[in-house]
Amino acid sequence: MPPCVLCGKNIRNVHNVFTQYAELLKKESQMKILVCISQVPDTSTKVVLKDNNTTVESAGVTYIINPYDEWYGLIRAIELKESGIAGEIDLVTVGKATTEPVIRKALALGGDKAVRIDAESTDPYLTAAYIAGYAKSMNYDLILCGKESIDYNNGTVGSMIAGLLDIEYIGFATGIHIEGTTAIVKREIEGGEETDSCSLPLVISCQKGVAEARIPNMRGIMAARTRPLEVVSPAVIEPVTTILSYELPPAKAGVKLVDPADMDQLVDLLHSEAKVI
Amino acid sequence: MSVIVFVEHDAGIIKKKNFEAVQYASGIAQKIGTTVTTVILGTIADDELKKLGEYGAQKVLHVEDSRLDELHPRAYTSALIAAVEKEGAKIFIALNDINGRAVAPRVSVKLKAGLVAGALSYPDTDKGFVIKKAVYSGKAFAYVNITSDVKVIMLMPNTFPLAKTEGKAVIEKLAVNFGDKDFGIKIKEVSKVTGEIALADAPLVVSGGRGMKGPENWYLIENLAKELGAATACSRPVSDAGWRPHHEHVGQTGGTIRPDLYIAVGISGAIQHLAGVNGSKTIVVINRDPEAPFFKAANYGVVGDAMEVLPRLSEAVKKFKQHK
Repeated sequence: MPPCVLCGKNIRNVHNVFTQYAELLKKESQMKILVCISQVPDTSTKVVLKDNNTTVESAGVTYIINPYDEWYGLIRAIELKESGIAGEIDLVTVGKATTEPVIRKALALGGDKAVRIDAESTDPYLTAAYIAGYAKSMNYDLILCGKESIDYNNGTVGSMIAGLLDIEYIGFATGIHIEGTTAIVKREIEGGEETDSCSLPLVISCQKGVAEARIPNMRGIMAARTRPLEVVSPAVIEPVTTILSYELPPAKAGVKLVDPADMDQLVDLLHSEAKVI
Repeated sequence: MSVIVFVEHDAGIIKKKNFEAVQYASGIAQKIGTTVTTVILGTIADDELKKLGEYGAQKVLHVEDSRLDELHPRAYTSALIAAVEKEGAKIFIALNDINGRAVAPRVSVKLKAGLVAGALSYPDTDKGFVIKKAVYSGKAFAYVNITSDVKVIMLMPNTFPLAKTEGKAVIEKLAVNFGDKDFGIKIKEVSKVTGEIALADAPLVVSGGRGMKGPENWYLIENLAKELGAATACSRPVSDAGWRPHHEHVGQTGGTIRPDLYIAVGISGAIQHLAGVNGSKTIVVINRDPEAPFFKAANYGVVGDAMEVLPRLSEAVKKFKQHK
């Protein structure tokens, strides 16, 4: 390889500099996505209360990534990266060190880096404020979360993050597409569907429809071990709600069986006993 | 100091669940000795607004701006915050539904207010401001205390029965100056499912599972739903298999519904399915397998073949309606 006529350096090295710069430019033009991940008990968990009904027993509980965060938010982010639209995917969770196996599992699915905000929260405002506090200086183009977590069933954190960051929010999304710096989002409305367009940045809460199903492969699991998991101290923020106690639903009185040949009886029971028709 | 309640409307018509929110706000206002102000956004006639008085509103603040006929979470928040400030309100009520979830949490962070989503009780003010809500997809309830000065409550629809009163509300127009950023979302297309009863708020629901054997048998579910005036739903395997559209899927990863009556046909009742329907007031299970776990969660059970039971039940409902 001849030397460069201008600087005399080896041309291969010059070429490398250009390649690196081109890659950097490409990365700069690609979207940065933050995916919010919540650790929740497995869907089949039986809820057991302790300490005079003030705590939910965690011993013996299998924890998973909140299905709405994983199946929809995270997978859609990975699809956007695979199609070259997204560059970097960061994951964020609010939880103590015990949540790390679940975050590692999320990294095994995809994601370049995970951030664990080292705090416990049952207050949606607190959770949102921690995440917004982290995201504020990071210039994410898109923040994805599930439509709700299956433990506290609030479905409010995404909208709160958008409010705290003063950016737009679209909830209950069933489809997400990106055209340049605009998101085209299909979302559920009462009795139908709506298609919205909105400039980035944007917070979207995701549900069924936004992504295809997939499972982590061995390569992903191995790669996840080397991906960074940063632990960040939480900002000092006071919660605005506290859970005082829990209660289990009363046991069902037992099913009343009706003769399959006598549906008039069932109609009568629904009318005169259950009073629903 | 009044209690503010955000009332939505569907193209100028106020739905039952929105009156529930007004009545709920009225219950709280009476308890703490204040009045109820409802805030309503977009195009709606005064005659419709007057109905709010019958459920306990003393005042209606109407932000009459046709841009608000569509959901714009930022603009809605600006309007609602303007109303809260005007009234000096400490309690803000919305519904735990699609639009409520897009707007109320945003209002709450602007007010630095604690929020309870999916309230199932009036606040207990003896021990603070304690509200019951379902957690773990209905497998438990939590009693949540709001500790901030300003409080936001998102009421679960279909929780309290409605009762009309003789009350009357004063209607005032409220002018709000919106910013450029308030309408950042552009609505490109709206497609509503027509000719069907919307599942989310339907008081009666007939739902089918794998036990229906195939989409060709769904006319049996539809016939029963038609006789009852019910919406139709399905379990996850059914929507995954493409027998029914995804929006009908109820359960852990689909929709959550709380109808007065849920009739489950050929659904075994896995815990993930129950998570989406266990708020139903009355559950009827029709299944040929007497060991189906769903029977444990049911009020009424029919052990039998859906293909035989469904036509019989449709006929019985028809007869009942004729003689009513």
